[in-house]
Amino acid sequence: MKGRKRITFGVVIFPGTNCDRDTYHAVEALGYRARYLWHVARGIPQDVQCVILPGGFSYGDYLRAGAIAKFARIMDAVTEFADRGGLVLGICNGFQILVESGLLPGALLQNVNLRFICEHVYILPQRFDTPFTCAIPEGRPLRIPIAHIQGRYTYGSQKEKTCALFCYCDRNGNITGDANPNGSEDNIAGIVAPGRLNVAGMMPHPERAAEIVLGSNDGAWIFRSVERWLS
Amino acid sequence: MKFFKVRVIVMPREGLLDPQGKTVEQSLKKLGFKGLSDVRMGKVISLKMAAENRSKVEDAVKDMCRKLLANPVTEDYFIEID
Repeated sequence: MKGRKRITFGVVIFPGTNCDRDTYHAVEALGYRARYLWHVARGIPQDVQCVILPGGFSYGDYLRAGAIAKFARIMDAVTEFADRGGLVLGICNGFQILVESGLLPGALLQNVNLRFICEHVYILPQRFDTPFTCAIPEGRPLRIPIAHIQGRYTYGSQKEKTCALFCYCDRNGNITGDANPNGSEDNIAGIVAPGRLNVAGMMPHPERAAEIVLGSNDGAWIFRSVERWLS
Repeated sequence: MKFFKVRVIVMPREGLLDPQGKTVEQSLKKLGFKGLSDVRMGKVISLKMAAENRSKVEDAVKDMCRKLLANPVTEDYFIEID
């Protein structure tokens, strides 16, 4: 399953980002090209086809996770890239930055059990017509780890603007209350906005489950989907 | 120019689950405090600001809340100016 098409992913680094190297590694291990994008950059390089906002603690998560990062200079370029139809994926802290910046609806609040949760969970894709899920076999739950304390998704007043992309489920794909690790509304683990499928956010870390040596390579499906979408 | 002391109180919006508030409420009840309900936890941001008058401070602080201090999707804010 080595990369057939040489897609280039851009991995954004804010002060406090800490999943940038994992993401870069996963992208390269899957056979694609990766390059880092620094938070003060004024533009997205021409060759970048998908921008990833990786996990971490940008700006120390001060005030609210993602609240300060949304004002970083590169976010203007990311917004413009998204407006032109460019693919943008926010993972964990990246998802928090996307909802704070208004590129995605809703908000991510403190987990209902008030704890940092770091464990493998199962998530079920809810739609297969997006750049991030189009290659995933239907009906198959993905085993991917989460690692967050602020991951409880709420629609706020924006339910009609939200489409579930992934929901927490059990190993058989049943979306139940018991399978919901953090109290997210409707078990939401990842979303897209209707009419704007090129921007997605997810709390689970696909880059930490992209090689079998890490215990699961289900996360690779997200990167494979991007490849299929762009082919 | 006058100096104004400002306190911004940011609270989770009514109706949203506030697990911190709930936990504190349970603790208070365990300590024997009776009759309490609706414990909710927010944050206070204090600042000083030089401006010509109070209404200019209020306008600026409202703008700060909209842009940064409060999340418009999940939080409400209250401004106190001395």
